Amino acid sequence: MIEKMSAKQVAQKVIAKENLFILDVRNEDAYEDWKIEGPSIESMNKPYFEMLDGVEEVVGDIPAEQDVLVACAKEGSSMFVAEQLAEALDRTVYYLEGGMKTWSEHLEPVHVGDLEGGGSVYQFVRLGKGCLTYMIKSGNEAAIIDPLRMVNHYEDFAEELNVEVLHLIDTHLHADHISGGRRLAEKHGGTYHLPPKDAGEVQFHYEPLEDGKVITFGADQVKIRAFYSPGHTIGSTSLIVNETYLFTGDILFIDSIGRPDLAGLAEDWVGDLRETLYDRYKQLDQNLMVLPAHFAKMKELDEKGRVFATLGELYQENHGLQIEDEGEFRRVVTENLPPQPNSYQEIRETNMGKREPNEEEETEMEIGPNRCAVS
Amino acid sequence: MESTKVLDAKGLACPMPVVKAKKEMDQLQSGDILEVHTTDSGAAADIPAWAKTGGHELVQQDKEGEVLKFWMKKG
Repeated sequence: MIEKMSAKQVAQKVIAKENLFILDVRNEDAYEDWKIEGPSIESMNKPYFEMLDGVEEVVGDIPAEQDVLVACAKEGSSMFVAEQLAEALDRTVYYLEGGMKTWSEHLEPVHVGDLEGGGSVYQFVRLGKGCLTYMIKSGNEAAIIDPLRMVNHYEDFAEELNVEVLHLIDTHLHADHISGGRRLAEKHGGTYHLPPKDAGEVQFHYEPLEDGKVITFGADQVKIRAFYSPGHTIGSTSLIVNETYLFTGDILFIDSIGRPDLAGLAEDWVGDLRETLYDRYKQLDQNLMVLPAHFAKMKELDEKGRVFATLGELYQENHGLQIEDEGEFRRVVTENLPPQPNSYQEIRETNMGKREPNEEEETEMEIGPNRCAVS
Repeated sequence: MESTKVLDAKGLACPMPVVKAKKEMDQLQSGDILEVHTTDSGAAADIPAWAKTGGHELVQQDKEGEVLKFWMKKG
């Protein structure tokens, strides 16, 4: 027989490092571009249209002792293959509910820590794409940093915490995903904050997130301080919460650094990136806990699924922070760039309010791997 | 293009457009042209990939509004 497995169940297996064998039945290009990954995940690709006459060819490759999950783009083809496989193996075979589309959109909330004086920080891990976004709770109010378009995940979690979301903050104009900031603000009467230097072409009202600005909210009087840190974009602004957590957006990750080329020419902004990473951040308290907007490798997740490190640790270990020579730095961040994210121009235009894609178009625009870092 | 057979797979979700295309193709003779109409965006990538693995030639493809059309010559 076949049973569905939800994206949440898969996410929890990935985080808990439970073994899972995945038969991905999408076409080869889709699999090569992007797939479910994790230290305990083993996967193979065999397109469903090569198994229309039966699954004999793959039966021998399926491990006997592991749960088997069949995954496809939306769901239908995985059920089709899972049924045949369950019959051939005479055991339960799982299929991915909602397919890779749902996996791509799944956010798993994890508790990062509590703030001194009250308040808590939660990290939403988008395992399928490597995005990290945050909810900060203060009394019965909350702020969200770099919210994604899958606003229902935040709404459900806000309800669970019994908080009202008042502040939606984007650290920069995103090029890799469609922001949920404006739609959450409009829907719930919150305020959408965006760095003004990234907002030149923005078509709607926003609150300028200027250097030094402090947003204080909630019964615990949590303070979010804006710290201008350009380089990924000209407006990129970090956020320092209660002088404890540093939200670096797409400037600094755990094992890599931001790329300067998604909104203009790399050559124009590489100097800003250098100054932010090698000067501005160095002047901050090195005990600040860095919470980035992306992770690159599954090993960056700790046993609870959290991604963080202190600024001091990153200055010791992050590859992008060890390049003493400025010329060499320039070369690394302008010449070794990975391909640009799918549809990044269309995504930027959507985030400026110049485009109003429907849900299917939004999904299509965001499909594929995360490519925001210089590797 | 002159088609030997037209398969209307509009409104069907994956894997049905490809499953039906295969069934139709099995009935045809080598050199015959099968024309497939689908509205499933996933099929846009999968039909050419299936044709290739089956040894058929994708002769032409077209888009009319929401409808994706494929012409394949049986190998």
